[in-house]
Amino acid sequence: MMEQTERRVISVIVMNEASVLSRIAGLFSGRGYNIESLTVAPIPESKYSRITIVTSGSVRVIEQITKQLHKLIPVLRVYEHADLVEKEMAMVKIPMSESMGDIEALTHAYNGRIVNVGSDTMIVMVADEPMRVNHFLEAIKRFHPKEIVRSGSVALER
Amino acid sequence: MQISGAQMVIEALIAEEVEVVFGYPGGAIMNVYDEIYKQRSFQHILTRHEQAAVHAAEGYAKATGKVGVAMITSGPGFTNGVTGLADAYMDSIPLVLISGQVPMSLIGTDAFQEIDAVGISRPCTKHNYLVTDAADLPRILKEAFYIARTGRPGPVHVDIPKDVTAQIAKFDYSKEVEIETYKPTTKGNTRQIKKAIDAIAHAKRPLLYLGGGIINANAAELVREFSKMTQIPAVETFMARGTLRFDDPLLISMLGMHGSYAANMAMSETDLVIGLGARFDDRVTGKLSEFAKNAQIIHVDIDPASISKLVNAHFPIVGDVKNVLEQMIPLAKEQVDPKRYEAWHNTIANFNKLHPLSYTEEGDRLKPQWVVERIGQLLGDGANISTDVGQHQMWTAQFYPFTRPRQWVSSGGLGTMGFGFPAALGVKRADMERVSVNITGDGSILMNIQELMTAVEYKLPVINVILNNNFLGMVRQWQTLFYDKRHSSTDLSIQPDFVKLADAFGGVGYRVTTKEEFDAALKDAVEKNVVAIIDVAVNRFENVLPMVPAGGSLFNMMLEYKEK
Repeated sequence: MMEQTERRVISVIVMNEASVLSRIAGLFSGRGYNIESLTVAPIPESKYSRITIVTSGSVRVIEQITKQLHKLIPVLRVYEHADLVEKEMAMVKIPMSESMGDIEALTHAYNGRIVNVGSDTMIVMVADEPMRVNHFLEAIKRFHPKEIVRSGSVALER
Repeated sequence: MQISGAQMVIEALIAEEVEVVFGYPGGAIMNVYDEIYKQRSFQHILTRHEQAAVHAAEGYAKATGKVGVAMITSGPGFTNGVTGLADAYMDSIPLVLISGQVPMSLIGTDAFQEIDAVGISRPCTKHNYLVTDAADLPRILKEAFYIARTGRPGPVHVDIPKDVTAQIAKFDYSKEVEIETYKPTTKGNTRQIKKAIDAIAHAKRPLLYLGGGIINANAAELVREFSKMTQIPAVETFMARGTLRFDDPLLISMLGMHGSYAANMAMSETDLVIGLGARFDDRVTGKLSEFAKNAQIIHVDIDPASISKLVNAHFPIVGDVKNVLEQMIPLAKEQVDPKRYEAWHNTIANFNKLHPLSYTEEGDRLKPQWVVERIGQLLGDGANISTDVGQHQMWTAQFYPFTRPRQWVSSGGLGTMGFGFPAALGVKRADMERVSVNITGDGSILMNIQELMTAVEYKLPVINVILNNNFLGMVRQWQTLFYDKRHSSTDLSIQPDFVKLADAFGGVGYRVTTKEEFDAALKDAVEKNVVAIIDVAVNRFENVLPMVPAGGSLFNMMLEYKEK
């Protein structure tokens, strides 16, 4: 019987030092865990960085992931979020031939706006929950996007 | 004190009270070897292959409980050592490996003998460092030793570029190690311990499941005290051999794939598993869903990630097994009635009577199990036993009369053929009083045979006993059982003359085909006190039994096999 798989957001506070990211990424690949997205940036005015990982697995696997992460020497803390605010950013490049007014309205509905207008293309950005970003990217298809980039999730416990 | 990076390595090893380093020099590590030449504080033993240097350091660490130290050069020197790192990682052996690296300016340029060493060692070490500034070296070396020996022990790799070993910086080794992100839990949670004792007091068929963590934690004495006091029977994992004396009435035997019938049945019938420093490895549990099906699980382990990894623990206790036992013993003394388990003892005695661990003599042909038993009768407590990997290893684990912890040194987790001989050199170096015996196979011994030279040069008279069946026996056994006797690439009929081989290196060799010859050879080898090979012709088609086929349930053992 397959155990139920669930999506989880895990935040890892690590020493901001060389090779720490490869330790984390290597742990996931070596032990066969999924990474849906991974973001990393230094925590201001500290020697630490914060890594946000979106992963999926059974309850047992998720528990192993947090324990194995904690076992890594440069890992200070691991948060397996339960009640969180999660956001992701996406940018989309769209040809100028599309209707700028419609695009403006659509992005606005997803906490976004047009951030750059060039001669041939414009760039829009949205920042919202990952599920809503999915919806936005679905909706924006009708404007023939040329390039899409997603940032991966960041999250804070409520 | 302003000194070079190379000098710092020496000073750090002295400060750590290292008495022996196993290693092999080369271009990138030459500055350090130059300093080794100038010092008299520790011995350097030149093995004849980098893999052997790391295994020897492992053997030394296993025998002493101290951190083993190995030193190798960059590139191929390092990659040769990787098997040793992986082996130490799997078996939680405290080890510091220092490797040379190409100069910083050449890193990333595919320089001569350059390889991304820390990239390779990352998944097979507890931690690793690439040193980029000699000023960091004292801290890093001190952390390396600290990390290797604390918590769940393991290997730590320190990679030092050649220019860093030449760089001059301040050396101060007095600062205490302070790693904000590394604080292993050593004391068990009192509430959990109380609950666990309560469960023990109410269990009808409790079983101590003893693992290698007990040996690492130097907790065997406490385990003996605990089992004697509570009269709870025990099974040992492969790694835990020697925790209880072989003749301890409470010790059932080893459990697992080649465990005894009684040990595996006890695990299947118990209502409370008391796991101490064991990790529910697949070779122990067999089919997980059938493992100790009727039992609650107490799991004491220093590594939180080992708890509930494979088998869900009802009473998880994170801590050093020695500390936890110290907490448990006074509580158990009050609450556990040692007379409570008499019916359970009878059940186990019946299991033992039904299918004791045994083998059948067949005329004059030497049985490998007899050889193991005989070494035990002749040398017993006076020997430290290492093995390689395969059938001989399992027979040794089953039949050797172990009397103390650290008597038994074998590659459990990784299963590294070629481990035994160099490890036995490290064991001998650690304990010169006792005979160091490497029980090996005709396959394994050739994987580090060059160490005959090391043994001769440094007067480390290891006795290698080859249980020679002209086969890669364990693979042959699986081929016989599961591959319809298609013995693909396992026939080792073509062999060297091991007597001449030992002789060529300056050791002594014996070819043995009878019991009398074996006794004479072993006695002579002990007396001669030089490295020896005793090549014992044993029954070719002997199988290791009982056997739980991979993925099968522990209680479904193959107890005998008749050639059809």
